[in-house]
Amino acid sequence: MEILMAIIIGILFASATYLFLSKSILRIIVASGLLSHGAHLLILTMGGLKQGAVPLVNKEGIPVTDPLPQALILTAIVISFGVTALFLVLAYRAYQELGTDNMDQLRGTEGND
Amino acid sequence: MSLLHIAILSPFIFAIFIPFFYKGFKSIHTGWFTLILPIVLFLYFLQFLPKVGGGSSVIETISWIPSLNIDFTVKVDGLSLLFALLITGIGSLVTLYSIYYLSKEKEQLNTFYVYLLLFMGAMLGVVLSDNLIVLYTFWEFTSFSSFFLIGYWFDREKSRYGAQKSMLITVFGGLSLLGGIILLYIMTGTFRISEMLANVDAIVNHALFIPAMIFILLGAFTKSAQFPFHIWLPDAMEAPTPVSAYLHSATMVKAGIYLVARVSPIFALDQSGLWIWLVGGIGIITLFWGSFNAIKQTDLKAILAFSTISQLGLIMSLLGVGAAALHYDYLDDNIFMVAIIAAVFHLINHATFKGSLFMVVGIIDHETGTRDIRRLGGLMQIMPITFTIAFIGAFSMAGIPPFNGFLSKEMFFTGMVRVLQMDIFHLETLGFLFPLIAWVASVFTFVYSMIVVWKTFAGKYQPDKLSKKAHEAPLGMLISPVILVSLVIIFGLFPNLLSDTIIAPAAQSIMPQFIFDDIHISHWHGWKSPELYMTIGVIVIGALLYLTAAKWKRVYRLFPEKLTFNKLYDALLPSLETGSNLFIRSHMTGFLRSYLAYIFIFFIGILGYTIWSKDAFTINRANTAEIGIYEIVLALLIVIGCVTIIFAKSRLTSIIALGAVGYTVSLFFVIFRAPDLALTQLVIETISVALFLLAFYHLPKKFRHEESRRFKLNNALISIAVGVIVALIAISSYSTKLFDSISKYYVEHTYDPAGGENMVNVILVDFRGFDTLFEISVLSIAGLGIYGLIKLRMTRRKEG
Repeated sequence: MEILMAIIIGILFASATYLFLSKSILRIIVASGLLSHGAHLLILTMGGLKQGAVPLVNKEGIPVTDPLPQALILTAIVISFGVTALFLVLAYRAYQELGTDNMDQLRGTEGND
Repeated sequence: MSLLHIAILSPFIFAIFIPFFYKGFKSIHTGWFTLILPIVLFLYFLQFLPKVGGGSSVIETISWIPSLNIDFTVKVDGLSLLFALLITGIGSLVTLYSIYYLSKEKEQLNTFYVYLLLFMGAMLGVVLSDNLIVLYTFWEFTSFSSFFLIGYWFDREKSRYGAQKSMLITVFGGLSLLGGIILLYIMTGTFRISEMLANVDAIVNHALFIPAMIFILLGAFTKSAQFPFHIWLPDAMEAPTPVSAYLHSATMVKAGIYLVARVSPIFALDQSGLWIWLVGGIGIITLFWGSFNAIKQTDLKAILAFSTISQLGLIMSLLGVGAAALHYDYLDDNIFMVAIIAAVFHLINHATFKGSLFMVVGIIDHETGTRDIRRLGGLMQIMPITFTIAFIGAFSMAGIPPFNGFLSKEMFFTGMVRVLQMDIFHLETLGFLFPLIAWVASVFTFVYSMIVVWKTFAGKYQPDKLSKKAHEAPLGMLISPVILVSLVIIFGLFPNLLSDTIIAPAAQSIMPQFIFDDIHISHWHGWKSPELYMTIGVIVIGALLYLTAAKWKRVYRLFPEKLTFNKLYDALLPSLETGSNLFIRSHMTGFLRSYLAYIFIFFIGILGYTIWSKDAFTINRANTAEIGIYEIVLALLIVIGCVTIIFAKSRLTSIIALGAVGYTVSLFFVIFRAPDLALTQLVIETISVALFLLAFYHLPKKFRHEESRRFKLNNALISIAVGVIVALIAISSYSTKLFDSISKYYVEHTYDPAGGENMVNVILVDFRGFDTLFEISVLSIAGLGIYGLIKLRMTRRKEG
């Protein structure tokens, strides 16, 4: 299962990279979403999969899955959400001010050379 | 802090008061105020003469950075004292001269004297420091103050060019000197020169000996304008003439000589012969090249600049050849020691006659308005005193009796002729080049010395070519050169005045292995000595060449201007600039995609190489969970989602596909026993999709821009490689489990003592609550940022 997940994660990373390298700003934001998914799944996979019950205290003493990666992912999800939201608004404002969403035209040549 | 330290630092302290004096006493020339200091210092250093002449030296230390072995240690021995007297003595004369040379009304005198004093202090620091790091500090100070002084008339293009050139070359040398010092420190563990001398055997046999030698020589050669680093000196002539006289003939350019002499006791022991050949060889080439090029110059200062280069080469070659004496230390009467004495003696002589000649040129420039020998002539009757000074200075430079230049030139020939008797380091075969080149160069020296005197003062007076009506210089301007030429004559007639007091102790410092107690400089070597015939030859051939100069000057056209080092330097600077420009432009494209591509390619390259070189890929299925049907379906869903996004033409499709991937991820969380994650993922994915839709409403309809096939192919290659690397790393790291998880602690302590049942939540708020705190901050900052982005609208500034 972990090996299958590793391959899925690789596919997620590859698609994210491909989208990052494209010209449209929207595709770049979508790419960051895919990349976060890949990273979250990677953390979970590396903690081991299906090796116990849901991490809740149970009286029977059944072994539970590792709760630590889940806590880490929960933090990461929230942070990546914040960042994605900010990016989206940034893209929206950039488009409003500059009139383009093409990364090739968004070159800081003026005054930066 | 001893008096000696105060003496070294006093010019720096004095420099602080110069501007106040300049502002406060407008009616008095600032130079008079400055003049006090070098005279006092000169008198102060004079009182060391008896002590140092007796063979002892004075050492004073104050602590600077003791933890790094860097202390401000000063040492007065023969060599330092000689230089200190030159610096302060000629410093006084130059200051006096500059008072009459620089106009009080037209010039910014405060800056001039501040720079001059900075230089004087730095130079004293160089020659008196016993600690190499302190020496290096002062060394760079001389470079900087020289830079300021060359660029004194900073509104002139040529001054700025000369200042930059000298700065680049001398700082290059200075840095390599620092490298040499550090290598010496590695070898000996001390920065103190006197301690290195005590430990000299360890250095000579060390592997770093040769690199250290080359680094230090680079520093010395650039500073002392040795071939091929001589090119900065002629351009430094844009400085005011007092500066040229002081820095670029008498003191700073001798700093390299000083350094070579100072480290001679260490490096001259070199068993490979490299020292003799480098110092002696480069010196003799410089001697020849400088004197050869001096003849074709038409500017008096340029002639003197090349003459300085050539004379510095002469001293350097003597120091190199003199090093051979150490390899013959078994001889009772070491005949090779004469070269060292000649070097010291010529050092003094050169400072006297070259200083006076520069001042003469300054006077001519000042009184006629030009320094071009083609426009000058017939000044003998108009400026008799100046002529007398120039005559004595130039004849001393040419090496004609009874002036001091003659004596040192004779000793120089003696030293060079004795190379013929050496039988080490290939000197028995190639050694004949030394006296030969020395003789030829002396002939050229004679010719340009004659040009300096006769082209300026003899011939026809051409008042129409001069911008001013020529007349004799004011008395004050003549005092300094008169004093210097008096010294030329005094040292010429009574050379032994100096031999015991200063030459012997200085030579002793250069070659502590020998005892220099009986130095006798004589005018007459007898009929049998080859030096006599060499001198006669120089005068006869030189006179002939001078008279026929017009005919053979065509020789200079044979050598193409393009091949000179000046041209090389001039070509090198712009090509460095264009080269780095090209380099920057080649990869700093301004496209975000390029930089991302670099990052990804480095990611692939470094991680891929590591996996490959360490043979790190492992796959171990012992510890894996089994695959169920649900998982396969979900995996397929994710893959389909990814592919849809990549190939989607419309933005709505891509959004929905992204949402589908997100929900699938949350289903994965369900399967993998992570209820909190599944919950959060569901909510967040929903909000994200809503946000995307909201934002897309305002964004252009087109989701993708036209991309060429090649563009896509490159991207695809990079992204597939990234995916493969990530997958490989994931698989191999899962397959190598080095230690157990620490989660056992959390699992066991969730209820007691943390008091909760949901382990993930307890970790988030109890065990690792700080993460959560700052995650909340991130979210708040993002919210504030979004609010600011939307609400704050700066009106775009109109382009003026």
